[in-house]
Amino acid sequence: MAVLLIPETCTGCRLCLRACPYGAIDMVEGKARFNDNCTQCGACASACAFGAIVIEAAYSRDVDTSQYRGLWVVAEHLHGTPRRGTYELLGEGRRLADALGVELAAVLLGDGVADLAQDLIAHGADTVYLVQDPALAHYRTGPCTDVLAGLINQHKPEIVLFSATPQGRDLAPRVAARLSAGLTADCTGLEVDAQERLLVQTRPAFGGNLMATIVCRHARPQMATVRPGVFRPLEPDPSRTGRVVETPVHLDERAIGLKILEVVQQETDGRVNLQDAEVIVSGGRGLGKPEAFALIRELAEVLGGAVGASRAAVDAGWIPAYHQVGQTGRTVQPKLYIACGISGAVQHLAGMSSADCIIAINKDPTAPIFSVATYGIVGDLFEVLPALTRRLRELRGA
Amino acid sequence: MKSVVCIKQVPETTEVRVDPQTNALIREGVKSIVNPVDENAIEAALQLREAHGGTVTVITMGPPQAEEALRQALAMGADEAVLLTDPASRGSDTLATSYTLAQMVRRLGEVDLVLCGKQAIDGDTGQVGPGLAERLGVPQITFAISLEVNDGRLRARRVLDDFFEVVEVKLPAVVTVVKQINEPRHPSMRNVLRAKRAEITRWTLADLEADPTQTGFDGSPTQVIRVWPPERRAGGKILDGPVEEAVEELARALKDMNLAAG
Repeated sequence: MAVLLIPETCTGCRLCLRACPYGAIDMVEGKARFNDNCTQCGACASACAFGAIVIEAAYSRDVDTSQYRGLWVVAEHLHGTPRRGTYELLGEGRRLADALGVELAAVLLGDGVADLAQDLIAHGADTVYLVQDPALAHYRTGPCTDVLAGLINQHKPEIVLFSATPQGRDLAPRVAARLSAGLTADCTGLEVDAQERLLVQTRPAFGGNLMATIVCRHARPQMATVRPGVFRPLEPDPSRTGRVVETPVHLDERAIGLKILEVVQQETDGRVNLQDAEVIVSGGRGLGKPEAFALIRELAEVLGGAVGASRAAVDAGWIPAYHQVGQTGRTVQPKLYIACGISGAVQHLAGMSSADCIIAINKDPTAPIFSVATYGIVGDLFEVLPALTRRLRELRGA
Repeated sequence: MKSVVCIKQVPETTEVRVDPQTNALIREGVKSIVNPVDENAIEAALQLREAHGGTVTVITMGPPQAEEALRQALAMGADEAVLLTDPASRGSDTLATSYTLAQMVRRLGEVDLVLCGKQAIDGDTGQVGPGLAERLGVPQITFAISLEVNDGRLRARRVLDDFFEVVEVKLPAVVTVVKQINEPRHPSMRNVLRAKRAEITRWTLADLEADPTQTGFDGSPTQVIRVWPPERRAGGKILDGPVEEAVEELARALKDMNLAAG
């Protein structure tokens, strides 16, 4: 991509100057002009109210891919606490970077997060590109896109990976469009072709009815969001060393249009985080009434697990939407998934079929869930669940 | 308030199957529908029109039969519909699609708000909304579970993994919505008849003055090189004897799994 300034259209309003993170714009004779600090991040283009700055898309066939080296992982955190997927990305990123013979770097944007940089090195990063500014304390699309685009243009990594979390799926496509780069969503498999220096990306489509393998031959960097819970992090090694490269920026709140008014925890039913849970006990239409979720909760508690639900149970108002597992709910990857009174429609399976072990309890022997269950009990869940919970408590005590 | 809703016609994905011989999608007999969460986006636009006046324009990019999806949107109450249909846009990935839709929105004049569904049930990427916002040079608000406009400012509640965010931004903006935002209305008889008779504007890429290097195959950096049906999980053991025996066997199996608790 290239960022072009049209002097005849420039009114000298300085909105671009305010928006530039890198101090790359000077006013010369009343008009804006780029200086050598420019990283072509594009922040000025969105800020200009007069159309005097445009982003020219790169034509992918013209990209010199040999200029691009290195594998980057964009770290996700909430005020310095790493979010799910970040360590996994480093674990998988390490394997891919070694296969390509390149450095693995993490990108960390935030405020007061220098400690996390060391943690990322301990988890496999060779380098951490660190950018800190009060405006980056809590994730927002605009400033993160501008800073990340600038870093990518400066350092030219050949691959950039994000977690396919809501944040990753908000940021990655904006950055990809800014850079005219190819982006693949929700990858469940990654390989590299070291000869062609290609990232070979595998992902589900059509609600999981189809798997697709995708490559990006010409545009750079090759970008992907990666499904959390699929790959494994490395064992952290605090003695690992690496370099932290900090880029100073100046972000102006007035140039960032979006304000965050409130951040509120979601209403959930229980303490265990559903998304990361090793064990999930889920209830569906077969429960018949909201009170029956008490049986689900008790079994979940004995197993130290979280409570899930099918769409039918959520739509019936028996449990908050937070718990919904399925194509339009959450995709989970637990070690154990116990489906109670859930028939196993394709859309529900799309959310949980990658569980290591699936157990189904349903009184309908023809329910499709039985065809994917490791163990199935054909029976009345009102009998089975209390009996199972009781027996597990006894065995635990023993 | 002028709003534009981007919709997509998709196959009913529960019916989609892959031919094991050719690994190609079997489309015969598979119903085409409006991407379900796009109906929520249309509903959100209609509710804003009820509150603030203005118009709701629905647009889509697709083969000629995508017109059906636009008529369904008109039947819900949208004011007008535009179809971009051009063989040269075939092979568009999300980058080329967001470019094309952005050109369409620009051609519609001064637009206050663009609404999209969070993701389509065929591609499952969720990438077009943010790409569109980037190309229009406006803020994006993704995963909106509620929306409110006051005095040219949009306030939205976003649903993220385990928390909500309430954000505010000045219009124009692009918003992607989740299905929990509303219940899409059923088409009224009057609107169904109106939709049947409505004139749907058709554009080609030439009408958009589209750069051919940014559309279709040429404008699509990502390339699908292989598709195949996923490995079906094999079924396991069905315990259908007396409850106590089944429970005993299951409890022991769970104990052996060595999970964190129990």
